[in-house]
Amino acid sequence: MARLAYGLAALVAVGAAALGLHGMFGGAFTLRVGWLVPLGGLQLTLDPLAGFFLLVIAVGVAPASVYAIGSAGGARRGLGAYLVFVVSMCLVPLAANMMTFAIAWELMSLASYLLVLHERESRESLRAGWVYAVMTHAGLACLLAGMMLLGAWTGSSEFADWRAAAPGLGGGARSVAFVLLALGFAGKAGVIPLHVWLPLAHPAAPSHVSALMSGVMIKLGVYGLLRASFDWLGAGPPWWGVAVLIVGAVSSVIGVLYALVEHDLKKLLAFHSIENIGIILIGIGAGLLYQGAGLEALALLGVVAALYHTLNHAAFKALLFLGAGAVVHATGTRNIEEMGGLIKRMPWTAACFLVGSAAISALPPLNGFVSEWLTFLALLQNTHLARPSLSLAFALGIAGLALTGGLAMACFVKAFGITFLALPRSEAAARAHEAPPSMRIAMVLLAVTCVALGLGPTWVVPALATVAGALLGNTTPVAFGDWLTLRVSDGFATGSALAIAAALGVALVALPLGLRVAGASRRRRAYETWGCGRIGQTARMEYTATAFANPFKRVFDFLYRPTKKLDIDFHPESRFFVERIEYENPTRSIFDDWLYRPVLDGLSGVARAARAIQSGSANLYLAYILAVLLIMLVLA
Amino acid sequence: MIAAIAVAVAQVIVVGAGAPLLVGVLRTLKARLVGRRGPSPWQPYADLRKLLAKEVVVSTTTSWIFRATPYVLAATMLVASLIVPVFLARPPLAFPGDVILLMYLFLLGTFFLALAGLDAGSAFGGMGSSREVAVAALAEPTIIVAVFALAMRAETIDLARVVERFSREPLLAANPAHLLAFAAFFIVMLAETGRLPVDNPATHLELTMIHEAMVLEYSGRYLALVEWASAMKLCLFMTLLANLFFPWGAGGLTGPAAIPLGVLVLAGKLVLLVIALAVLETTVAKLRLFRVPELLAGSFALAILSVMAVVLV
Repeated sequence: MARLAYGLAALVAVGAAALGLHGMFGGAFTLRVGWLVPLGGLQLTLDPLAGFFLLVIAVGVAPASVYAIGSAGGARRGLGAYLVFVVSMCLVPLAANMMTFAIAWELMSLASYLLVLHERESRESLRAGWVYAVMTHAGLACLLAGMMLLGAWTGSSEFADWRAAAPGLGGGARSVAFVLLALGFAGKAGVIPLHVWLPLAHPAAPSHVSALMSGVMIKLGVYGLLRASFDWLGAGPPWWGVAVLIVGAVSSVIGVLYALVEHDLKKLLAFHSIENIGIILIGIGAGLLYQGAGLEALALLGVVAALYHTLNHAAFKALLFLGAGAVVHATGTRNIEEMGGLIKRMPWTAACFLVGSAAISALPPLNGFVSEWLTFLALLQNTHLARPSLSLAFALGIAGLALTGGLAMACFVKAFGITFLALPRSEAAARAHEAPPSMRIAMVLLAVTCVALGLGPTWVVPALATVAGALLGNTTPVAFGDWLTLRVSDGFATGSALAIAAALGVALVALPLGLRVAGASRRRRAYETWGCGRIGQTARMEYTATAFANPFKRVFDFLYRPTKKLDIDFHPESRFFVERIEYENPTRSIFDDWLYRPVLDGLSGVARAARAIQSGSANLYLAYILAVLLIMLVLA
Repeated sequence: MIAAIAVAVAQVIVVGAGAPLLVGVLRTLKARLVGRRGPSPWQPYADLRKLLAKEVVVSTTTSWIFRATPYVLAATMLVASLIVPVFLARPPLAFPGDVILLMYLFLLGTFFLALAGLDAGSAFGGMGSSREVAVAALAEPTIIVAVFALAMRAETIDLARVVERFSREPLLAANPAHLLAFAAFFIVMLAETGRLPVDNPATHLELTMIHEAMVLEYSGRYLALVEWASAMKLCLFMTLLANLFFPWGAGGLTGPAAIPLGVLVLAGKLVLLVIALAVLETTVAKLRLFRVPELLAGSFALAILSVMAVVLV
């Protein structure tokens, strides 16, 4: 039963991939079923952008479903929700009118909500589900408001009509619609400060669902933002782009900073999703600014960078979540402080996780590097805007992106090093076992995807350029060099992932050979790690994740505001003998304290005030009804 | 084609073979400046030969990451030496990448080295790794913004074209923005290559060291590779500094004499930079680890000022 369902989901993914590729290369169709859905009927349209996002969905869903066959075993809980989740995600990019979109969107949210409540016995899980439900519906409210306003102004609920009528709307109206829609979509994408649900909800779900939520579902927020800003509304005033750019830069830096001090492996990955969404938004923001200024080729570059990173993030984040799932499966904990040494017991998982770590850290020659490089190129050419004040904003965006890259590398040294290297830090880690074959197949598939997307930008970029060109209404073809070399913006920069990979490969083969020719000694002796002469090494001598992250905690203490609690019990006879040390160094979220806490307190204050009129007496309620009726009559 | 390959090989040889000499000269100079006789400038070669002849001791705690890292590290430096304009403006492999690729190649090396530091499970390695990635991460924004300041003036980030442009129009370089970017880049070089006042390359005292703590478990040919790669990194950063900010000589040379002449010009520029570095390292004290971010923030401010200078001037 479970195998059948996951097999079916994988088949849906294969179908979505085929349809997506068809759509990306010009295939288009429209499907209408008038009676199925109220207010306009079911309406699905395939266009290049929808096709691309179907492909992104497939890149996540196919391996996650294969993985689930091994990881979820025969468990029946959540099977239906999983299938609904997959199908509704596929419907979102295809939806072509407001009602179809809203239904697919809400189905996706509800199905994922049920999946987050997977372990509904635990309080943590319930809280995650509650926060997720509140945030996603607040987002939905913004979305519906924006869409209904657009519908009312254009007199239609079909997206095609919005596209045609939007240029005729006033600047103020378009900006109102943009803000509402962007808020709704950014909430789903997990952009700071609307991110609070993400690090709670993603880790609570089973790992294959976490992979889909982080790798794919939040990308549909990106889809919505692209669709709304470029397609429905056309490009707007510069502040749209600046806002998206700044929000993106802030999200990427703060997301990765929170990830650095997080030691729950799945939460850490969830924070990295916030970071990567930020990087995608930087590309979109640059695209919006360039499009508004009429710089078509540069707008295209920004959007291509964003799309490339979307695809890449789907691949490596799904890979990392599946790897984390395998580790959690094997050790029974999500705390990396209790792991260690897993590379010897889980070599396949470790190798795949290493590929994912290098990819998300944007290290060449893997896929993350290519899309971050393209984003850099889009940002670096801002002098064409000829707006000095914007150049400075761009410089800060560039700095944010660079800082993000470095910090992500640091974070994944921690995540991989503490989890997989050195000695096991707990019994469970010492007894860990390799994941079953279906899980390994899924991870290897995604690792290969990461490598392929890293080596093949000369094929991927032109394909993405057609998608972006169709979205921007940009008909002039843009050249991107030949199969070996990617030439961006007429030689502003060139890059060849293949050549770099080949050069690295040659060097890696030549170095051992060269050492042999040079007559280097080949003797090797296995011995214990040097511990200042101490005999015997234990895991307690190892550096911990907390210690590893400590320099960052001190440098960025204005963000973390760490509190320190040190509790030492001395021996009653002498203060030189310590019996027990308790050390806590937790961080606090400024968003919880400064943004959500006041809002929630305000809301509960209002609710308390409203409680005064709720006495529970039926007579009093009848009196209220009478009073309201009278007031209405008087007013009418 | 054959000429390009010959240049490529020459460039790797110049960087690979010259890097230990650069470090040797630097050490000799520093010794003389504090009144010691010091070792001969050729000492690093003798050290490498000695290390290659020794057996390696590998901790039983380690995995394949520890054994692969020295090779990955040296390979990234060799590939990087193909991308940097060394003695010709147009490096043989100019097409695969630019400064951004170069910086991320260095990060690739740092990534593996930091993992190897954790692999042996000693507290020293972990401490070194943690500090090294912190410094590398905080240095990254300065590099890219300084490069942005250069790119805005040269209208490209292709290293070869930046060098060509500046050597053709030397007046472009006579600008406050250029000077500020140079200062920012110089500070970052100190941080990235583990020099004073960020890290002390001459000590093994655990409380002060960053890089040396991370590579503490390495021995024999692995240590030789790691040391060689560090020397190459210093050499590449100084070459980049020399050619990006003082491009005269590297750009205009052609013909068969270009390579020896280019190497001579480069050597001259590097000697000047090495003198500057030696004087700096003997006059400043090492900063406390938690003051290093302030230094890097300062260099970042210089880079941003440089961008402002380009925009406003």
